[in-house]
Amino acid sequence: MSALTPGFRGGRRTVSDRVPPGQYLTEGFPVLSAGPTPVVDTGEWSFTVVNEVGERVSWDWAAFSRLPHESPTVDIHCVTRWSKLDTTWRGVSVDTLLAEVATAADFAVVHSVDGYTANVPLQDLTDGQAWVVTGYEGAPLAAEHGGPARFLVPHLYFWKSAKWVSGITLHDEDQPGFWERAGYHDYGDPWLEQRYQSGW
Amino acid sequence: MDHFVDGNALAGSLRQVFRPDITTAEARCAGCGAVRPVADFRVYTAAPGAVARCAACGQVTLQLVQSPGALWLGMSGLSYLRFPPPGR
Ligand SMILES: [Zn+2]
Repeated sequence: MSALTPGFRGGRRTVSDRVPPGQYLTEGFPVLSAGPTPVVDTGEWSFTVVNEVGERVSWDWAAFSRLPHESPTVDIHCVTRWSKLDTTWRGVSVDTLLAEVATAADFAVVHSVDGYTANVPLQDLTDGQAWVVTGYEGAPLAAEHGGPARFLVPHLYFWKSAKWVSGITLHDEDQPGFWERAGYHDYGDPWLEQRYQSGW
Repeated sequence: MDHFVDGNALAGSLRQVFRPDITTAEARCAGCGAVRPVADFRVYTAAPGAVARCAACGQVTLQLVQSPGALWLGMSGLSYLRFPPPGR
């Protein structure tokens, strides 16, 4: 219960402090999917950011691979109640991608190749809070976990971390995504247990 | 003249629609137009909710989300459900 978290220096944050309310820890990595796993060839893949006036910037796989990469180690929390600590990813910070785009938008929608979407306020994607990742625990990201590239925004429930990502669109107005249109919370803070739309 | 009644007037008709077994109803996919029985949907349940997809094109037809307080039925991928007459 009060074992010190390995590698957490100078703090008294215990493992139980790192598990949000209503969650349990898992050592495995459950695969959740709302459809068949798409086959995405890196030769065909690209990532596109479109701002609120329709200007776009795209990276193909080679160009994306040349961007500066980071290796964040983060805890992840799925709305189906499992949490997983100290997961290590490799990818590009969303700050790096957004640096190429002029925007005054307040909202973003993350898009997947299979039509899945998730909405996130833009301020939750900047300042080192979100990545587009292509590696997991030292290996290329497996297709079942969203490879070749998925989103990673670990401070929100994991449905916001869309698999098989193809891009981000930026908007002046909030636009609910795939699960947010069907009862799930618009924001999804695991520490506040924002699972479902308010009051339900 | 702008005459209307409240939604309770639909109760009789809707009782024929939202009855215990809708899997025999035929559904038209809003994506590709295929008309198939609901029972033919491909349903994915390893997800935050159940997701039904058209067997012909793969587009999402229904989403079902159960929270402690409510059951949501998202139907944005469906253009209609067609029910056989009662007793058939
Ligand atoms: Zn279809």
